[in-house]
Amino acid sequence: MTASLLAVDLPYWAQSMFRVLGGTVAVLLAAGSIVYLFLFKMMSFMQSRLGPMEAGPYGSLQLFAEVGKWLQKEDLSPERADKRIFKMAPLIVLVSTFLLVAVVPFGPDDYFTNFDAGVFYMLAVSSISVLGILIAGWSSANKYSLLGGLRAAGQLIAYELPMVLAVVGVVIQAGTMNMQQIVVAQNTGEIFGWGGIGNPYVLTQFIGFLIFMIAVQAELTQAPFDMPIAESELVSGYMTEYSGFRFLIFFIAEFATVGVFALIASALFLGGWGVPFSWFGWDSIDSIDNWMNVAGPLIMFSKMLVLAFLIMWVRFSYPRFREDQLQRFAWKVLIPLALINIMFTAVLKVML
Amino acid sequence: MTKPKVPGLFKGLGVTFHTMAVTIKPKKYGGGAATVQYPREKESPPIRARGVIALREDNCTACMLCARSCPDWCIYIEGHKELAPPRRAGGAPRKVNKLDRFDIDYALCMYCGICVEVCPFDALFWSPEYEYSEPRIADLLHDKTKLGEWMETVPEAPELEAGAEKKKK
Amino acid sequence: MSDLADRQKLSYIAAQAADARLNVELETEGMTLNIGPQHPATHGTLRIIVRLDGEQVIWAEPSAGYMHRGYEKLTEVRTFPQVTTLINRIDWLGSFANEVPFILAAEKLMDIEAPARAQHIRTILFELSRIANVSLFLGDLGVQLGAITPVFMAFRDREYVLNLIEGATGGRFHPNFDRIGGLKDDLPAGWLVETKQVMKKLRNFCTEMEDLLFGNEIFQSRTRGIGVIPKEVALQYGLSGANLRASGVDWDLRRDQNLPLAYDKVDFKVWTHPDGDSFARCWLRLQETREATKIVDQLIDTLPAGPIMAKVPRIIKVPEGEAWVSTENPLGEMGYYVVSKGDLGPFRVKIRTASFNNISIVPWLLRGVYVPDVITILASLYFILGDIDK
Repeated sequence: MTASLLAVDLPYWAQSMFRVLGGTVAVLLAAGSIVYLFLFKMMSFMQSRLGPMEAGPYGSLQLFAEVGKWLQKEDLSPERADKRIFKMAPLIVLVSTFLLVAVVPFGPDDYFTNFDAGVFYMLAVSSISVLGILIAGWSSANKYSLLGGLRAAGQLIAYELPMVLAVVGVVIQAGTMNMQQIVVAQNTGEIFGWGGIGNPYVLTQFIGFLIFMIAVQAELTQAPFDMPIAESELVSGYMTEYSGFRFLIFFIAEFATVGVFALIASALFLGGWGVPFSWFGWDSIDSIDNWMNVAGPLIMFSKMLVLAFLIMWVRFSYPRFREDQLQRFAWKVLIPLALINIMFTAVLKVML
Repeated sequence: MTKPKVPGLFKGLGVTFHTMAVTIKPKKYGGGAATVQYPREKESPPIRARGVIALREDNCTACMLCARSCPDWCIYIEGHKELAPPRRAGGAPRKVNKLDRFDIDYALCMYCGICVEVCPFDALFWSPEYEYSEPRIADLLHDKTKLGEWMETVPEAPELEAGAEKKKK
Repeated sequence: MSDLADRQKLSYIAAQAADARLNVELETEGMTLNIGPQHPATHGTLRIIVRLDGEQVIWAEPSAGYMHRGYEKLTEVRTFPQVTTLINRIDWLGSFANEVPFILAAEKLMDIEAPARAQHIRTILFELSRIANVSLFLGDLGVQLGAITPVFMAFRDREYVLNLIEGATGGRFHPNFDRIGGLKDDLPAGWLVETKQVMKKLRNFCTEMEDLLFGNEIFQSRTRGIGVIPKEVALQYGLSGANLRASGVDWDLRRDQNLPLAYDKVDFKVWTHPDGDSFARCWLRLQETREATKIVDQLIDTLPAGPIMAKVPRIIKVPEGEAWVSTENPLGEMGYYVVSKGDLGPFRVKIRTASFNNISIVPWLLRGVYVPDVITILASLYFILGDIDK
């Protein structure tokens, strides 16, 4: 990807290095901006207070102060905990985030990989974090963490299905599982013959979009689906016994996953890195100007911020569901809706 | 409860959004946060606020009423009797109480105000001053001089509401 | 000497072992979980031992006493003004309300009545402390259920009430304003006008809570039908306050008793709810807060002029006798049984606090509920640890 940007032929190892660097930057930038803008500032404004203001102008360096604080804490682990698994759990959750960001396209040539089964890979890999949360709950020798881990297992597995089914509608409409081509299909598409705004699937797949956002909220254990964490009952659930660097990894992984899922949602539903091609008279992906490689990530970033705003807004406003109400909602409401959505999409795709 | 026309979920989102908008609006348009940015802006407590107790040494006769009525026994008083010159020529010398030591331990004080109320000679006053925390607990024992310094911060008693009876003092 | 020391050591070890046995999984069926004493959901240091089967509670027992401060013993060696200071701290959120029944009991023993203006202002401050207490409850309810925003609005609007109390009495949390025979001081100028404005703000707060929390479908599905207390059970267990009224019992000591407070001069509605579930208790407290603001408005309009203190001697010695006075406090029914032997201080004071009886229903109520519902039920019963443990 950088080849076209710099017009230089890089050896494979340099390309891989750039990919790793880009991936880390994408994940950490997403996590950092979401934590500062939404967790520190937006939550504070919604609660009639100003949030962190001391560290840096308007508290912009608060994140670095927090990182420093967590890093200098003692590395504890409970005496009766299973040490090896205890230490492995946060890393598993973080690994799934990095693996997820590998299929997100940031521009016409800015992608880490161009899988033909990108959507399939993304859905499969997002379930790895469930393992991390489960073993975090089991290995901390703490009954509260156990409860949190068990709740997480049930919830995260239950909400995998609506997520998959919601995305199937998009795949049917685009005709491909390749993320890059889904983005292109949205931006070159037309609605009833008018190509003014392309064909962002949020309009035609509105129900799918809603189901996907709700399922994402549950996958990230954000309120109203935060039973596994449930601060007033389980004191952080599966994360209770973690402190210091390990907790920092959980924390960053949580918000990075918010960012990555927002990126994926904007790629699948909002048209990704592109603006409708008809605005600039492009026909296909090969005829895009080179400056789109720089503008693409910026557009992607802003769409991610919009979706993350929605996720966080709902998080700060609602109380949480009880576990059985959660499950009932997933199995009895979301999955039938998603199946009906697929049926309609398939029928309309064949008809029109 | 009547069924709301807009589903409660959306109304809740509206309330949080409205609060956020009010907080972001600049202060001159009536917005701003509900909090006070403490080291830079300070709230001024009401006149009657019980911040710290000030001592007017001239009035104190070491009668021990305040030390006895304190629920925590945090006032330490030591005094001695002295002979003062007689008021008129040819009279007997008067015995007066002289105050040696008057300490209030603010680490124990409950800020109840019984000592101020009970003093028959008007030697103790309330002051709304509250910024006197110390890094060492032992420094919270304020002695005679420090208590005298607080007298400068004692405000005038506020005017009472309509319909109140004027106090005899 | 060493014999005593050995026995003391052995008993200490035995107590620790007994405590540990409760925390270790020795039973094969069910898991024993300790909710508290350090826990974000209990309002203080309450320990509830539950035995779980999966997520269902099969047996629960509260274990209070982690915050016992020995109030009844303390009052034996204090004078009446000192006791007034101390009892502010029993229910620390609505602290003026703690002083009122005690002072009324002492006035009953002395056979004096406070002047009309003092009774009026006493009632105003009583209702203000009720508003302060219950508005915190509404915010805290959100936190227990997962909504983290309402609590900030509760604190923001409660500040206005605390500023009012500070303007009149000098202390935000512990006013220490009631005296035998009246009040310590009269109100400062401008207080009544400010109070009217604050009451308006609090009514807006109640509407905001209704929109943000009570109208929320998730909140309703979390609280409706949870922790239902039938009428007879509520009466048997000695519940009081909003918990009792939410089960359909029309019981309000403000209206039914003939105490020297100004309640007979105002018009107010006593809210009840037939359901008896958590939603009823929470909703009822919201309506009572709104009603309290209306009571304060009426009281301000009808405030008589006059002295603030009756003719009492400087050093008060309460004559011999016994008196019991109980009032409708924010948490429920709080009463004092004062025994006096003619000294400067009481001989014995028995304090009947509302929360102590309110949590006695916990073992009966928590059988068969899920763990999240335990938190909901505890939040809706609304106790304060200082009130339970004294």
